[in-house]
Parts: sequence; structure tokens; C-alpha cells
Amino acid sequence: MSTTAAAIFNRPTPAKRAETVVFWLLRLATYFVLFCAAFIFIDIGWKGGSVVFRTQAPFLNVPFLTEAPETLNVFTLDGQPRTMGDRAFRAFKATHEAELKGVRIETYVYSAGGIFPNIVGTVLLVAGSVLIALVLGVLSAIYLSEYATDGPFIRFLRLAIINLAGVPSIVFGLFGFGLFVIALDFGVSLLAGWLTMAFMVLPIIITASEEALKAVPRGYREGSLALGATKFQAITTNVLPYALPGILTSSVLSIARVAGETAPIMFTAAFVVRDELPWQVAKWTDFFFQGVMALPYHIYVVASKIPQNEYTRDVQYGTAFVFLFTVAAIAMTAVILRQRLRKRYKW
Amino acid sequence: MRAISVAPAAPVDAAVRAIIEIDDIDFHYGPARALHDITLNIKERQVTAFIGPSGCGKSTLLRCLNRMNDLIDGARVTAGQIRIDGVNIYDPRVDAIELRKRVGMVFQKSNPFPKSIYDNITYGLRIQGEKNKGRLDEVVERSLRGAALWDEVKDRLHESALGMSGGQQQRLCIARAIAVEPEIILMDEPCSALDPIATAKVEELIHELKKQFTIVIVTHNMQQAARCSDRTAFFYLGKLIEFADTRTIFMNPANPQTEAYVSGRFG
Ligand SMILES: Nc1ncnc2c1ncn2[C@@H]1O[C@H](COP(=O)(O)OP(=O)(O)O)[C@@H](O)[C@H]1O
Ligand SMILES: [Mg+2]
Repeated sequence: MSTTAAAIFNRPTPAKRAETVVFWLLRLATYFVLFCAAFIFIDIGWKGGSVVFRTQAPFLNVPFLTEAPETLNVFTLDGQPRTMGDRAFRAFKATHEAELKGVRIETYVYSAGGIFPNIVGTVLLVAGSVLIALVLGVLSAIYLSEYATDGPFIRFLRLAIINLAGVPSIVFGLFGFGLFVIALDFGVSLLAGWLTMAFMVLPIIITASEEALKAVPRGYREGSLALGATKFQAITTNVLPYALPGILTSSVLSIARVAGETAPIMFTAAFVVRDELPWQVAKWTDFFFQGVMALPYHIYVVASKIPQNEYTRDVQYGTAFVFLFTVAAIAMTAVILRQRLRKRYKW
Repeated sequence: MRAISVAPAAPVDAAVRAIIEIDDIDFHYGPARALHDITLNIKERQVTAFIGPSGCGKSTLLRCLNRMNDLIDGARVTAGQIRIDGVNIYDPRVDAIELRKRVGMVFQKSNPFPKSIYDNITYGLRIQGEKNKGRLDEVVERSLRGAALWDEVKDRLHESALGMSGGQQQRLCIARAIAVEPEIILMDEPCSALDPIATAKVEELIHELKKQFTIVIVTHNMQQAARCSDRTAFFYLGKLIEFADTRTIFMNPANPQTEAYVSGRFG
């Protein structure tokens, strides 16, 4: 008895000490990551939030969310510092021509007005490319998991798809530029951006869809077939609906990726600035062949192409904040949709 | 019938037509041979039981009868013929989809779809394009009555089938199979996951169903074969050892292996 007690009671061994050290290392690593992430979110949330939100009704900075970017003009008149968006400044200049003579005017591009066209552009880019990727991805996954018989060719195909997932996004951007923008002559356009980003996320969607399809019990397929369904009927009525929640899970991931990427759109779809909104087109077919402004590209531009000072800070942080919020909102929509479907098809 | 037949067949036999003729079938899963020269006839509106130890090929043979094995890569009938109503079902001109409408199947693991009871029953007709609500309603009631399930579920037809008990789920699968009005129903150990009371209900149902359908049932349970079937085939290691009247198989088997198996000495 006493020997057992001595053995088990409070005896530090080298193995135990190693365990404690490793445990603390793991814990600190996690805390460090959390701290960094929290710092970024709080910084953007605080500085960006103060741009987007207002303390008085309507509590939102409506112009920032509904107007197009403008150049900011900064000057001192009669000893008073003034800041003005381009349109307001032109009107002001017309009436104050004489007083402005000799006044030094600093201009900062994109720092006045809002980011409405960028929000619209990003939503359009995400919606279109995820739709294209889902259709193509689900069809490919159905082929791979339900129809293709395993062989060297199919194995090669799978390997190729997996490797595609590791290709850097800038390479997709160049690929899209070469194929869609130049060779197929789409120009810098929504369509070129959609296809480029769709290809970029296809590997995620195909792999996840295949897994979701595989998770549907065999019995449902066999049950359908035994009732005289064709394979295609069995898949559409009795396999795919149950796999959809899983497929949507993967699409949430790809939405975040598509919304966030700058590299693939900067050659294929994004304009630094464009005056018309996407629905202001002459023919409906023009819709697909127009470039758009987009949030991530705008962030890139305002963060790297204009000076950093108190006049440009608002648009920088505000855009980042709205961008984070937009991505989160799109992802949430997919999560809610998935939850709904889950409830409907449970087994 | 080339199998070792012992006692004279039951009196009904002679008059009854053989609806399924299995003629010298060989079956392979890739290189592995699963069935060896199986020959047997299944008569119309009788219950034929397949018994034998696990892995002897009962399910394989059963799944040959509605070409369910077509779906398994590398699985194929390598010799012989299976004729249903005189037609070789492995003839390239035969449409497996149409065949499966005529030859229904109930699986070992009950597989109600995660839909409502109503949608489960109407599934087969809907995929054939039937949309008439009145006709669908009628089929639902007839099939559920046919599967002795109507009274238990008539008030919750639109609730999920997954909320039913195990026995009810299996009877739902039977109802779903008879909704498409097949001639033949194949059952692969339909009671293996059920408790004795649910099993008794399914067995009772089988008695009722055979007035209208030809039934082939695979079972592990010797008593079940004895209670439900008119004729019994005993398989061992992919070979048909003995096929005869159920009473003969159980009371007076010709083959010593059969005798050993039915008396519970192996398997
Ligand atoms: N899908 C399959 N692929 C390869 N071999 C199989 C497959 N299904 C069954 N087998 C083999 O075929 C033989 C017969 O199996 P099965 O017909 O399921 O037997 P039983 O239903 O009598 O238990 C077994 O040896 C089994 O391992
Ligand atoms: Mg079996």
C-alpha cells in the first residue's frame, strides 16, 4: 500500500515536466494568435466603426455607404482649414474664384465621398463567381463520385484538382487575364473576374461536394434505384438534396476567399475608378463585359497609392471595416441557408 | 431443376408457373467467384427462402434478380442466364430500370428516405411522372394498408418517416416497394434488425403479400424460413446445396450439410 502511495503521490518525472512545458507552449501559441487577431479586429473595428457609425440618427454615415469615391480637397481660407469633396469644391470655386487665388490646395484622391460602387462591385463579383463555381463544382463532383469508375485517369484528375487548390491566387489572376481578358477578348470585365475566381475556388468546392455526396448513405441511392429510378433521378431527388448543407459549408469558405482576394481581380475585373454603376449599361449584355470597383482592390489602392494622414485615414479604415462586415454578412447568409436545409433533411 | 431434389415437390408445385428461372449462373466480384453454377426456379406467388451461413452468396444471388449488382464496379454474371417471364434479364436489350419496377426490393438495413411518409410511398410513382394527387393519395392508402401500416400512420402521413419505429420503417419500405406494383418482391434479411414483435408483424405481412406477389426472402433465421416460406434453398460457399419444399429441407433434408445447418450444428 505505502509503496503505491509513494509512487502515485506528487512525483515529478521528466515526462511530466515535458508535458507541462509543451502544454504551456501550446497555450501561449494559441493566446498569441488570438491576441494578434483581436488587435487587428479591434483596431479596424474602432477606427473604421467611428467612420461608418454616427452618434446621432440615423446612426450610420449614409454618404459613405451610398456615394461614389471623390477626391478630397484640403485648403486654408481666411485662416480656417477647409476640406471638401470634388463636386462641392467645384461649386465653391465657381463662386469664390477670387478668394481662392494663390491658396495652396492639397488633393487626396478617393478620400471623400463614399464606397458604394465598391460594395456593389464586390457583392456582384462574389455572387457571380460563387454561383458559377457551385454549378461547375457540384456537376464535377457528381461526375467524380457517382459516375466515374476509378482508374488511373480519374486518379490523375483528382490529383490535379487537389494541386489546383495550392496555386497562388496571383497565378489565377494572370491565367484569367491571359485567357478571358485577352484571348477570349472579354476585356476587364465582370465575366472575366467571375470565371477567374470561380476557377480559383473550384478545387475547394469539388473536394467538399464530393465528400458531402459520399456522406449520403448508400441505402438512399439503392432504395431509389430499386424503385425504378435512373441513376440521375436517384442523384437529383435522393442524394443531392441531402448533400446540399455540406456543399454550402464549403461554399461559405470559398465566399470568404472570393470576397477577399485582390490578386485575381486586379487584372481581370477591377477598375480603380469608374463613374457608372454596374446597372447603368446601354444593353443588358454589356452588364457582363464591364469592369467594376471592388472593396479589396480599393483597400489596396487607398492603402498604398495615397499618403497616410488624418485626411485619408477615414476612407482607409472605413473601407476595411465595411469590407470585413460585407464578407461576414455574405458568409452568414450561407450559414443560415445551410441551417435551414439541415433542419429539412435530417437523417 | 437440377438441384438435389429429395421429396416430391409439394402438390401445388406442378401447377404453378416458374416466374424466375435461374439457369446455371456464375457470378464474380472482380476476380473472386461468388456464385457457382446456381440453377433454381422460383414459382409464382410463393415465398422462396434463401438460407445459408454468412458470406455464402445469398444476397449476391438475390441482387442478381433485379440487376442491383450492375452498380458494383467489377461485379458481373459470368455464365448462365436468369429468365423472368421467359426473358433473359441480362440481355443487352433489357432495360434494368423497367426491370426494377417489376422486381421490387426491400433491404436488410431499412432505408426510409428522410422525407415524409407520404413522399416515401409516392417516390416510385413520382419519378415515373405521376402527378395526379387523387391517384397518389389512393396509392398511399392502398400500399400502407397492404403493408398493414395504415392504421398506425394514417394521421401522420406528412411527418418524417424517420420518426417511426424500426419495425414500422421496414414495413414502410415494403409499402414503398408495393406502391409501384411489382410482380416480384425481393427481401434481403428484412427482419435482421427488428425485435421479435416487429418480426412477427413482418412475417404476417409476408403471408398476406404472397397472395399477390412472388416473394424471395433471404434470411438468417431458420425459424423464419420455416414459418414463412413454401420452398427453401440452402447455399454454402457460393453453391446451391439443396433446394426443395421447405418442409423437406427442415424435416427430411437429403444432404448432410443441409441437415447440419438446419439443426444448428454450424453456420
Ligand atoms: N461488393 C462486394 N465486393 C466484393 N465482394 C463481395 C461484395 N459483396 C459481397 N462480396 C463477397 O461475396 C461473397 C458473398 O457475399 P453475400 O452475397 O453478401 O453473402 P450473404 O448475403 O450470403 O451473407 C462473400 O464472400 C463476400 O465477401
Ligand atoms: Mg447478405
